[in-house]
Amino acid sequence: MVDVPFDTVAGVPPAEVGEVELYHPRSWWTRYVFSQDAKVIAIQYSITAMSIGMVALVLSWLMRLQLGFPGTFSFIDPNQYLQFITMHGMIMVIYLLTALFLGGFGNYLIPLMVGARDMVFPYVNMLSYWIYLLAVVVLASTFFVPGGPTGAGWTLYPPQAILSGTPGQDWGIVLMLASLILFIIGFTMGGLNYVVTVLQARTRGMTLMRLPLTVWGIFTATVMALLAFPALFVASVMLLLDRLLGTSFFMPTLVEMGTLTKYGGGSPILFQHLFWFFGHPEVYIVALPAFGIISDLISVHARKNIFGYRMMVWAIVGIGALSFVVWAHHMYVSGMHPYFGFFFATTTLIIAIPTAIKVYNWVLTLWRGDIHLTIPMLFALAFIVTFVNGGLTGLFLGNVVVDVPLSDTMFVVAHFHMVMGIAPIMAVFGGIYHWYPKVTGRMLNEALGRFHFWVSFLGAYAIFFPMHYLGLLGMPRRYHDIGETAFVPASAHDLNAFMSVAALIVGFAQLVFLFNLIWSLFKGREAGGNPWGAASLEWQTPETPPGHGNWGKELPIVYRWAYDYSVPGAAGDFVPQNEPPAGVLAQGAHP
Amino acid sequence: MAVAIILILVAVASVLFHIFSPWWWTPLASNWRYIDDTITLTFWITGAVFFAVVAFMAYCVLRFRHTEGRRAVYNPENKKLEWWLSVGTAIGVAAMLAPGLIVWHQFVTVPAGATEVEVMGQQWQWSYRLPGKDGRLGTSDARNVSAENPMGLNPDDPAGQDDVVIQNDDLHLPLGKPVKVLLRSIDVLHDFYVPEFRAKMDMIPGSVTYYWFTPTRTGTFEVLCAELCGAAHAQMRSKVVVEEEKDYHAWLEKQRTFAELSGQRDVAKATYTRESE
Repeated sequence: MVDVPFDTVAGVPPAEVGEVELYHPRSWWTRYVFSQDAKVIAIQYSITAMSIGMVALVLSWLMRLQLGFPGTFSFIDPNQYLQFITMHGMIMVIYLLTALFLGGFGNYLIPLMVGARDMVFPYVNMLSYWIYLLAVVVLASTFFVPGGPTGAGWTLYPPQAILSGTPGQDWGIVLMLASLILFIIGFTMGGLNYVVTVLQARTRGMTLMRLPLTVWGIFTATVMALLAFPALFVASVMLLLDRLLGTSFFMPTLVEMGTLTKYGGGSPILFQHLFWFFGHPEVYIVALPAFGIISDLISVHARKNIFGYRMMVWAIVGIGALSFVVWAHHMYVSGMHPYFGFFFATTTLIIAIPTAIKVYNWVLTLWRGDIHLTIPMLFALAFIVTFVNGGLTGLFLGNVVVDVPLSDTMFVVAHFHMVMGIAPIMAVFGGIYHWYPKVTGRMLNEALGRFHFWVSFLGAYAIFFPMHYLGLLGMPRRYHDIGETAFVPASAHDLNAFMSVAALIVGFAQLVFLFNLIWSLFKGREAGGNPWGAASLEWQTPETPPGHGNWGKELPIVYRWAYDYSVPGAAGDFVPQNEPPAGVLAQGAHP
Repeated sequence: MAVAIILILVAVASVLFHIFSPWWWTPLASNWRYIDDTITLTFWITGAVFFAVVAFMAYCVLRFRHTEGRRAVYNPENKKLEWWLSVGTAIGVAAMLAPGLIVWHQFVTVPAGATEVEVMGQQWQWSYRLPGKDGRLGTSDARNVSAENPMGLNPDDPAGQDDVVIQNDDLHLPLGKPVKVLLRSIDVLHDFYVPEFRAKMDMIPGSVTYYWFTPTRTGTFEVLCAELCGAAHAQMRSKVVVEEEKDYHAWLEKQRTFAELSGQRDVAKATYTRESE
């Protein structure tokens, strides 16, 4: 533990792993395409997620063009606007952020950080990626089917989602639900891998309380996802049956365009409960890996141990558990029983306490540190600013009566973009700038990186901070054009135009980032094995990028936690996790 | 240095934006001042926390930035500090939650004297119904919906015959009288939203939801749909006119009841049938 960093594993014999335990690729195809190596799968996940993310980025441009300059762009009609917001939301939340954090960062970092050679079920891990890719292809195909993608909003609320008044009612909604079902199947395969690997494949000495917080974040998020996604799975299957076979799980007796339908007896609210039983934990499925990554970035780049490690772990676990009893705060004005409001407002605001502890511990880690303002550190600072901002507006929306005027307005849009859009994406970028040298052996270009950082951070803040005030004004969300509305002043349209220009600029900065990723792959400065002087295991691999099996002949042995920075009396300003304490004979092959 | 300054500027600019923003909530027209007050309180508490955290970060970046020879302080944890911060946060959270729950209790407790008014949503228009002389609304069912009976009222329910039906027109409400708004939909989800009243609630096909408020200011207020309801969601508009009691009654006199509307249609149908014979 923290105060006793070593000695329990002294004298443990070296861990040699027999050849039989690893699958060895025999051809180019099995090495790079149908690979069972978690590192390759991680890169496949990341590239796929970022590719479909680019689609979401373009959609956001189109949405902002419409909102900033309504009526100017004749190629955007109200139906398309709804399709854009739906696809943008779904892609960003599930196909980009969930896939990138768990499939991308999870696959790359878990085996390396816990000192394993690979995930425990490499074949299932490979299948997980290919099913995810299929889900993405099915999702993207909806742009090309008759009627286009669904425009039901990313929440897909019935009855509207499957009736003819909503665009994409023919094919769009069916393929969307099919894609979600595929995603969940694929995710479950990957998720079981991450959980079992963390629990079973840690190297000797790597106790749970020595895991880097990145692993804690991804691990807890994965456990949550394994519990939460089934709710979305059944909701999707039932909605698909309602749409295709005319069952009525979510459909009461209703009229469609003046004609009585055959539906009857179902409950639209039931769908919302199922959706948010998944949907709220989903927020933390995205946030917890970001929490973990940010903790590690701050510690490494401030050359200081993370403050309050044990509290940080318990906060992650506590937030994960609490997030399963707050889902109906998305439904305060849904028409559910009003007394639910008392319960869900209380649980929701209680979550603020462990979350605040995390924030305090991040800034207290900075305090009396040795802060290197590297690009990962800058992104970590931006994460804290945007996360605190978005987290605090969550206290408005979580407090049931305050939510009443604000729900379904732009305030909500601003809140969730700040807290689960901008903030986690800052963590993604920070993580990529931080680990890119390990993945490729080269550093990302510094000047391009700083440009990318400042434009993304300040630009995104300029989009989403003022947006709250349009919501306070009462401007509803999911309107392609607010039009002539008595309470909306002309200046609100100017503000919308300003936010749209900012969005175009921020989007452009992401192209610079993509260019940097590719350019640095060939021209970036050679990084060496441990350019940041980090203590956690992934930086101690014998090769960079790590080879197949990660560790050469012998697994590392862990003697301490991952945060031994600036330890009094130590020679350097960090001590690697696998560095034996003085007086203990080195057991593993130390690079 | 630059980073610390920019962080401080972000915090200061956010506060200044808040103070000088011309975009602010619409002037209140209902009894829900407590909701506005709770939001104001929440702004104070969260604003202070936001400013403090960002300013502290800026201070750290300025004061503890790497220079040659600096070494971080090794400081794994400080139970006392973590404990105090947790307790302080809990107090701040309670300070927002407690008034919130008290106001919510008022929001969900409809006063005994409230008049019932029905709002019905359908793609993409609003209809309204007021109880007639008997003070009761008749029953309704989506199965009764037809071109002659667009609100789906039960033609056999005597309580519904004198109900005042308002279609394609504004809803009028008397000033200062508590209203219980009964919300109903015949197709998809909608949400009856008047920003000046602060209250809103989804309308669900197959059930009746509600909220209550008391109009406190005369005027004409725009009705919007706040729950995505399909292609023309943004165009689903109407108006609520709040007026003095006597103007309200003058307006009410001119409205038609369900029986009158059905009767009128029967007459029209009979006339048409006779002419075509």
